[in-house]
Amino acid sequence: MESATALRETPLVGRHRDLGAKMVDFHGWRLPIYYGGILAEHEAVRDACGLFDVSHMAQIEVSGPDAIEFWQRLIPTDAAKLRPGKALYTHLLNERGGIVDDLIISGLAPDRTLAVVNAATTEKDWAWLEAHRGTLRVRLRRLSPERGIIAIQGPKARQVLAMERGLEGVSRMKRFEAWEGRAFGTELFISSTGYTGEEGFELMAPAAELPRIWDALLDRGGGLGVKPCGLGARDTLRLEAGYLLYGQDADDDHTSLEAGYEWLVDWKKSGFIGKEALMRQKKEGLSRKLYGLRLTEAGIPRAGAAVAVAGAVAGSLTSAGFSPTLKAGIGLGYLGLPGLKPGDAAGIDIRGRSAAASVAKLPFYSHA
Amino acid sequence: MPNPSDCRFAKTHEWAWSSDSDGLVWVGLSDHAQKEIGDVVFVEMPKIGSKVAAGQAIGVVESVKAAFDLYAPVGGEVAAVNAEIASDPALPNRSPYEKGWLFKLRPSDPAQIGKLFDRVAYEAFLKTDAAHAGH
Repeated sequence: MESATALRETPLVGRHRDLGAKMVDFHGWRLPIYYGGILAEHEAVRDACGLFDVSHMAQIEVSGPDAIEFWQRLIPTDAAKLRPGKALYTHLLNERGGIVDDLIISGLAPDRTLAVVNAATTEKDWAWLEAHRGTLRVRLRRLSPERGIIAIQGPKARQVLAMERGLEGVSRMKRFEAWEGRAFGTELFISSTGYTGEEGFELMAPAAELPRIWDALLDRGGGLGVKPCGLGARDTLRLEAGYLLYGQDADDDHTSLEAGYEWLVDWKKSGFIGKEALMRQKKEGLSRKLYGLRLTEAGIPRAGAAVAVAGAVAGSLTSAGFSPTLKAGIGLGYLGLPGLKPGDAAGIDIRGRSAAASVAKLPFYSHA
Repeated sequence: MPNPSDCRFAKTHEWAWSSDSDGLVWVGLSDHAQKEIGDVVFVEMPKIGSKVAAGQAIGVVESVKAAFDLYAPVGGEVAAVNAEIASDPALPNRSPYEKGWLFKLRPSDPAQIGKLFDRVAYEAFLKTDAAHAGH
């Protein structure tokens, strides 16, 4: 579908065109949905390795003597964990405990951190961060779009990364670590993070250098089965891994507790935005919760489908589709029944018919 | 076996092929349609024995990303469905005109198939905007 409005393009747009990608408009960005096919790309990431252009995501550097204290006020996780070389997944919360965005923050130096936030929420997040600086000595700086991001994900990702001289050690980083230095002839930043449920890395480098890094990873990884992968596989992979897609499975009106992310809340921490609301919700008990659902018959559930439990509609799916790994229909959805257990029966509406499903343990898939 | 040159095509991108051997109209997805839809992961087939009118939505093709309605290119009775697709839903992607046929109709009016596009007309239709309003 060609659109009259000008879409933003990443530094890799020429590569996508050369690789024959089918491009789509994703929140105002022209991005590949797939190159060959979603299933083959999904399998490449589960079995070998996939390369993703995620340059649409925004990179915001937060620095200054009070950088850690700033994060301490904005996230429910203990920001003291942001030591140089460490990365963490967390949420920005509003006063109601609702999720403003989900993000990954990395510690680069005692007074310097880097946040990677969703494309669709970039302006909202920027305004939120700006509005909460107060008198703290912090500086906010956008590093994107002058820097882009390549994600390399899958069981062979370490091996491919290790082929670059100087990255042998980096390729052995544990999950949620971060490194800054020189490789591929440029300054770059690497975190051992991702959105696929596999081991992997996200490489952030100056836009002009990105195509060269992309080519190097594809060339060297070719023998190991590295494939360029689009947003389609990114979505099926993250859904199997039970990761939230902001705007669908998480938003300003649902809290971290409802989304099933209490593990990132440090209750001992004082004074983060949203803490009182979360404490109240914890004390009173949840009235709804995000569940994983899996069809027990053939069919493909879709986002928006009503979910019934014991014959009564209990909520709807926020993300859903076919799981290539499980070969079954799966979905996430908020249900107004906080006490359901894995295995409990549910019905998912598929074109007016109630398809048999059951509550599934999350994540649907986790790598061995 | 159906061959695209012998097929007729609906505006909704199904092909229809009149088989001399069984007197049935075989129906599948055009190569253009399977490419647009992407990896097929499930097909909701019409019920064998059901009576359908030309242009009636009688099934659904599901890809990873979305669901696409399947229309009867001619009226008649559903005589068979391709049972192999249940275990191998990618057949219409791999072999859209042969192994990937979806269902067979016993036509109520054998002349009706002549109202569909022939291959040349279908290919001309694909170059128009109207071709991209559906699938």
